[in-house]
Amino acid sequence: MAEKLKPEEILNISHQPPLTSKGWMDTRSEIRPGMHCYACEPKNLEVVDFPNPRQWSVMDEDWKLPENWKEIFLEGMKDRLDRFRSFKLFMDICVRCGACADKCHFFIGSGDPKNMPVLRAELFRSLYRKYFTTAGKLFGKAAGARELTYEVLKELWYYLYQCSECRRCSVFCPYGIDTAELTIIGRELTNLLGLNIDWIAAPVAFCYRTGNHLGIQPHAYKGMIEFFVDEIEDITGVRVNPTFNRKGAEILFITPSGDVFADPGTFTCMGYLILFHYLESLGLDITWSTYASEGGNFGFFTSHEMAKRLNAKMYAEAKRLGVKWILGGECGHMWRVINQYMDTFNGPADFLEEPVSPITGTKFENAKSTKMVHICEFTADLIRNNKLKLDPSRNDNKIVTFHDSCNPARAMGLLEEPRYIIKNVCNHFYEMPPNTIREQTYCCGGGSGLNAGEDMELRMRGGLPRANAVKYVHDKYGVNMLACICAIDRAVFPELMNYWETGAEVTGIHELVANALVLPGEKKRTTDLRAEPLPGMEETEDV
Amino acid sequence: MSLKDLLIKNKHAILEKWFDIALGVYAEQGQTFFKKQKDRFANPVGHTTSEGIESIYDELLKETESDKLPLFLENIMKIRAVQDFSASDALSFIPGLKRIIREQLGSILLQKEIAEEWAVFESKVDRLALLGFDAYTNSRQRLFDSRVNEVRTRAARLLKMAGIGYDIPVEEKGVKNGKADNA
Repeated sequence: MAEKLKPEEILNISHQPPLTSKGWMDTRSEIRPGMHCYACEPKNLEVVDFPNPRQWSVMDEDWKLPENWKEIFLEGMKDRLDRFRSFKLFMDICVRCGACADKCHFFIGSGDPKNMPVLRAELFRSLYRKYFTTAGKLFGKAAGARELTYEVLKELWYYLYQCSECRRCSVFCPYGIDTAELTIIGRELTNLLGLNIDWIAAPVAFCYRTGNHLGIQPHAYKGMIEFFVDEIEDITGVRVNPTFNRKGAEILFITPSGDVFADPGTFTCMGYLILFHYLESLGLDITWSTYASEGGNFGFFTSHEMAKRLNAKMYAEAKRLGVKWILGGECGHMWRVINQYMDTFNGPADFLEEPVSPITGTKFENAKSTKMVHICEFTADLIRNNKLKLDPSRNDNKIVTFHDSCNPARAMGLLEEPRYIIKNVCNHFYEMPPNTIREQTYCCGGGSGLNAGEDMELRMRGGLPRANAVKYVHDKYGVNMLACICAIDRAVFPELMNYWETGAEVTGIHELVANALVLPGEKKRTTDLRAEPLPGMEETEDV
Repeated sequence: MSLKDLLIKNKHAILEKWFDIALGVYAEQGQTFFKKQKDRFANPVGHTTSEGIESIYDELLKETESDKLPLFLENIMKIRAVQDFSASDALSFIPGLKRIIREQLGSILLQKEIAEEWAVFESKVDRLALLGFDAYTNSRQRLFDSRVNEVRTRAARLLKMAGIGYDIPVEEKGVKNGKADNA
């Protein structure tokens, strides 16, 4: 029964919740809805022979782990410590200086200390110390070591799937520790226990079976692009003629399937089609593939081996069609895989040739080994060589800013080309503040397979630093369009911009290019690719 | 000196304590960061909270309530609605303002000429708490709407191609997340 309090006792009641003043090891983590993605379906693991498929749920007490789960986890860790020097090095050399602590967008947006990259890694490192170092074995907690318990595993899982592998923290680490690599290894270990999320497992299974994350079959893929061909004709009066799976073409084009099926990426896809059509008469010989119909690689979020298997499909298709090189669309982690892993995974791609632009003759020496060129490099080169007739005033109603997508920016240094293109196809471009762009760019909050719907809370807090910078340029310069070169960005940003009320819509760069591109034989253009009136054409539309 | 004059005179000290209370719901390391980092792009939570409570405080000192309070509250609540807080934790800093002022001004509040003004001010803070609740639930609603919007957008193209596309009824088109969309 409740006791009646005296007035002085009422005065002493604190209106503040208790602080987390205990050490991090003693602070329990509570798994909350909205902060995690749903558990993977067993059928999606079975397709690719991943271990321990079963029905389980994140919010259940019992995750139905295999009996020897601890052994599997520690064996897996040992195996990876032997195989990956970077993993061992990153486990050993962190001095906990804290340089990374306040650089993670999830920490900045939440204040949850376990989202500090150093502490997120410490969740993992404490296990390394306990089971793989003498000090940790002898002194336990005093040496920063802890037992792997069921609760510890759950906590580790929870935070491994709260890292979007964006690598912003690694930019600030004086030792060059790449925390994303720790997340990658950590997720591999959860994968050994069948503890992946379905937003990753399903695309992997689909991609393995049908060639893209959405499981769209070849005829539907082709049908969707033909649908765009009709729309393009309505807007421009010009009928473009893409080809599919054409053997003997010089170039194979691969883009994320999100561009083909989800707005606003679809407008970027229409942009590619228009650009390729324009270049046809100048000598471009390019084909799409309905088999290598995915640039993204969600396998990268499960294990190195799965990433390799999915990456191999792109190169197998290039070989089958007998193309000389591959042109890649506006994608994020695809470029990290290509630029940093592909050569080790499936290289050298010596059956392909060093890419040369058939229009300008420019040799893309940076792609000498992978034989894959980013479409922004390709288009920037076309503009630089005056090969495109552009009317940037068609984009005059768009006040544009550019979000450097994490992977192209930090994993391949693609910083200038997108800006160069935007400045040539738009008259109104404004940068966001320097500590939010280029190498220091903030993640969209949904990278590395976290762009599901059920973790919307996580995404919104993680995307806050980016949205905050967009809102700033909106308020200051009237920015109403956020350009980006990643399909996950294009999927994640519309609702992020909406929630934080930044006043900006989202576009890919090649949508802007196609708006400005003056096609030979085109009709008088009155709308942009979204069927919105061009500047000065508002009246025409009303009639 | 009126209560208003006292609150203006003590504004700095009161706001400093109110900021501490507002950040008190975060874990210690989070609080330290939100307080220390002054760059608004590196620390949107700290910046928005500090700017928000100052705007609210200034608004409370006005004779008549303008329509700005909900906006100021929403800027803070939008953040808290996607963090690990219950509604009561997210709102806990609002009643905290009364305690700070009581501590700051002490027995002055009991003086006859001030007491009456203080009662009015207290009811303003009570009203602020209710508005805060509105702002919190609006933000949660916006979050849920985002989930629905996203599902709809993701499938829209495929449904359209399959000839079973769903168009949002015309009268709903201008409404986005419970708010009129002027774009």
